Amino acid sequence: MSDIYERLATGILEGEAEKITKLVNRGLKKGLSAKELLDNGLIVGMDEVGVRFKRGDMFVPEVLMSADSMAAGMTILRPILIESGAEMLGKIVMGTVKGDLHDIGKNLVSMMCEGAGFEIVNLGFNVDPETFIEAIKEHQPAIVGMSAMLTTTMRAMGHTIKALEEAGLRDQVKVMVGGAPVDKEFSDAIGSDGYGSNAPSGAELAKQLVSAA
Amino acid sequence: MAKNLTTVVSSKTQTVEINRNNPTVIIGERINPTGRKLMLKALQNGDFDMVRTDALSQVAAGAKILDVNAGVPGADEIALMKQVLSTVMEAVDVPLCIDTADTDALAVALELYEGKALINSVNGEERSLETVLPLAKEHGAALIALCMDDDGIPATADERLAVAGKIIERAGKRGIPIEDIVIDPLALTMGADHTAGFVVMEAIQKIVAEFGVNITMGASNISFGMPERKHINSTFIAMAIHAGMTCPITNPLVAQVGIAVLAADLAMGRDEYGMKWIKAYRARQKEEGK
Repeated sequence: MSDIYERLATGILEGEAEKITKLVNRGLKKGLSAKELLDNGLIVGMDEVGVRFKRGDMFVPEVLMSADSMAAGMTILRPILIESGAEMLGKIVMGTVKGDLHDIGKNLVSMMCEGAGFEIVNLGFNVDPETFIEAIKEHQPAIVGMSAMLTTTMRAMGHTIKALEEAGLRDQVKVMVGGAPVDKEFSDAIGSDGYGSNAPSGAELAKQLVSAA
Repeated sequence: MAKNLTTVVSSKTQTVEINRNNPTVIIGERINPTGRKLMLKALQNGDFDMVRTDALSQVAAGAKILDVNAGVPGADEIALMKQVLSTVMEAVDVPLCIDTADTDALAVALELYEGKALINSVNGEERSLETVLPLAKEHGAALIALCMDDDGIPATADERLAVAGKIIERAGKRGIPIEDIVIDPLALTMGADHTAGFVVMEAIQKIVAEFGVNITMGASNISFGMPERKHINSTFIAMAIHAGMTCPITNPLVAQVGIAVLAADLAMGRDEYGMKWIKAYRARQKEEGK
């Protein structure tokens, strides 16, 4: 049985979505649980993707393919996991802040977080504080993730956090931020709960934020 | 095919003519704190030495226009823009490209600038058209127009052509001549979408065929997420010049970029007797011999 876990992890690393779909279905047929396939196979692969990306041994297109394979596996496993009452990591509402049209970085983080087991509500780019607030009310996420790529738009992250406070929602969510001009100092200054410097760190941070909660 | 248009920008003492028959005009991108932690810190501390050094080194490396951006989070952009702009105007004679998303900072910068500036930028969003075009008209400035609008950045070349057309039309209605508009078709990251480069090449060709306008691009972003980015960037820049790009916004201090531009100009028949190429070779040799 260890063989199938290894093949799942390799399939994720090599970004083979079709192979993952087949392997997950085969594993379920053989009586392995959704949780086992996820924890011992898919997540092992995705963790290794994070390590290699940080080390500079994997590149963005490869990470995207790995994330796609992960999503293929999760499409099958998620409904089973939910039905079995397995504890999920929760939702993340993700968006690039108002005035900023950069989509890619935020999508990368979203995919890595999805790979880590979160459910993502992707609000897109140029997202105003009101839209974040509505999404929090509707989806009840554990985390709100904000991205800004310009020195001129990063201020909007602070404004959004203020708006969450005013709406009385700040205490019910963790806030994480990222983007080219953002750093830890800025993240602390605007009262965010954490900062990730790249997509895998964003996913790691998200896991830390929910385990600390 | 539309006729090739000439965009003229100037400083107090220098005039630059951007045209498809002339060698490529490099707009130096370095005076910008975005993604440059050292410059950000310097500007926050009111230290303008780095701005001065970057202005001089970019011009020495062949930049014919310099982009000037003073967007520092939490700072008074109007005051900072004035200081950065004055510093650059004192340090070098080349025309400048005023890069800000803040309309008030733009207005103040245009007031301060001596010559015909290049504005970076207007786009197809209603708010942008309504605020930036009147300022360009008032000051007789040329302007870079980004191919995006209220719906974001269009996925296809035809849609980007349509946004370019819309901005040119709206500018025309305000009395801004088409030759004063430089279109940026927006190079997205090939690391996230491998067709991004192809789409932007197609957009350049279509926009040039339809309007004959000059084309600029930030050409460093295209390789984000990929290994050995400088090889991608230099090849991409040469291909974009063939497609019709005339004034890339890039870092002239990266030797490979400058070399790619010179080789592309030679291949396009814009370097008479290859003298620019040979001169640059001798300069590099001299540098290495030091």
